[in-house]
Amino acid sequence: MAVTVKTFTSASEAAGALSSDRNARYLGGGTLVMRALNEGDVSISTVVRAQDRALTRIDASGPRITLGAGVTFARVLAERDLAFLHAPARSIGGPAVRNMGTVGGNLFAPNPYGDFTVALLALDATIAVAGGFGARDIPIEEFLQARERQTGTLVLSVSCTRPANSEAFRYRKIARIKPKGGSVVTLAAHLPLSGGRIAGARIALGSMAPTQIRARAAERALEGRSLDAATIAAAASAASEGTSPSDNALGSAWYRREIVGVHLRRLLSGQE
Amino acid sequence: MSKIPLQFRHNGRDVAIFVDGGTNLLVALRELIGDMTPKFGCGQGGCGTCSVLIDGELHLSCLTLAETVAGRSIETLDGIKQGPNLHPLQRAFADNFAAQCGYCTPGMLMAAKALLDRNPSPSRDEVVEAISGNICRCTGYEPIINAILAAAGGRVSA
Repeated sequence: MAVTVKTFTSASEAAGALSSDRNARYLGGGTLVMRALNEGDVSISTVVRAQDRALTRIDASGPRITLGAGVTFARVLAERDLAFLHAPARSIGGPAVRNMGTVGGNLFAPNPYGDFTVALLALDATIAVAGGFGARDIPIEEFLQARERQTGTLVLSVSCTRPANSEAFRYRKIARIKPKGGSVVTLAAHLPLSGGRIAGARIALGSMAPTQIRARAAERALEGRSLDAATIAAAASAASEGTSPSDNALGSAWYRREIVGVHLRRLLSGQE
Repeated sequence: MSKIPLQFRHNGRDVAIFVDGGTNLLVALRELIGDMTPKFGCGQGGCGTCSVLIDGELHLSCLTLAETVAGRSIETLDGIKQGPNLHPLQRAFADNFAAQCGYCTPGMLMAAKALLDRNPSPSRDEVVEAISGNICRCTGYEPIINAILAAAGGRVSA
């Protein structure tokens, strides 16, 4: 079935068109929306696009970085100032998918995808969205909790604070096919240190629930402590608390719960 | 529903077609232009056999909305041969037995071309990375990797 394609020059016009039509979807890199159309998804009758330069802007010079929603993973990888995001960007797809897939689209990618969003959740990113009522900023956790209701909102950009150093932010994706492939479990950890102790730990998990989630019990085990063997063991044993993974072709829910602590321990102890 | 006029460059030649809304670039190339070199595999971005170059950058044509390539330059496997001669990558694939059933070959060649255009002497790891989005169900990856390295090194027998 043919769909109507509406192309706008500004993001705000596109946001208006998106919020006024329940069957409209925003086309970013195409890896989600075109896939749905190829599979005959008749719930999509309108495809909305915006050729707004603001959507592809990267601001990576300062302590707080902002990525336009239309920035591709290939562009993230080409940016030296975004080195802390290279591991999550590189873990997605092959080169063609990275030339197409976008930071904004990844927020909507269902399991076993959405790995970049796991990194952004650990970094406590802010999502700038435009809906029928204008633009506003939403904490990423709130955005993800209401993700099913977000199809009518247009993501404009994501921003987060740059981690203090490479030890403070860590990322690990477990996949059966290397270097690409869907996620069995994806983990990201932000571990800011204050006087040798962890202050404000955030652990994010992918493929462990219907959307990316925080491992709050593991975070509590880390908070206020130094990253020693006992602390790491406590965090690892709490990793699966509050998770609700499902079975798919890449792994069973049982397997995911069994291994998430093992991989969190390796991530925290800096093992390959 | 009315058709949408679309113009772009296809292997160095200007083309003008009419597409239905929502048509992907792969369908436009195969069914409207008659270029059968990009193949349909999965339609999901998992196999890579529909790979083409858009303004020199590797893209999956089945996940590209045809309308988005207006005014841009598309290069497919059909465009890489040099007159009656095979492209050095094609020659290397033949010499190294890198095509088994052949279905992944168009995508493999375009992914390899995207790599060599940017990085004429890649390492083996870089070759593996470059074709990591392309699946060969005959699992003949070793000869494919060897062929790309051979083409890069110019060690291609005549």
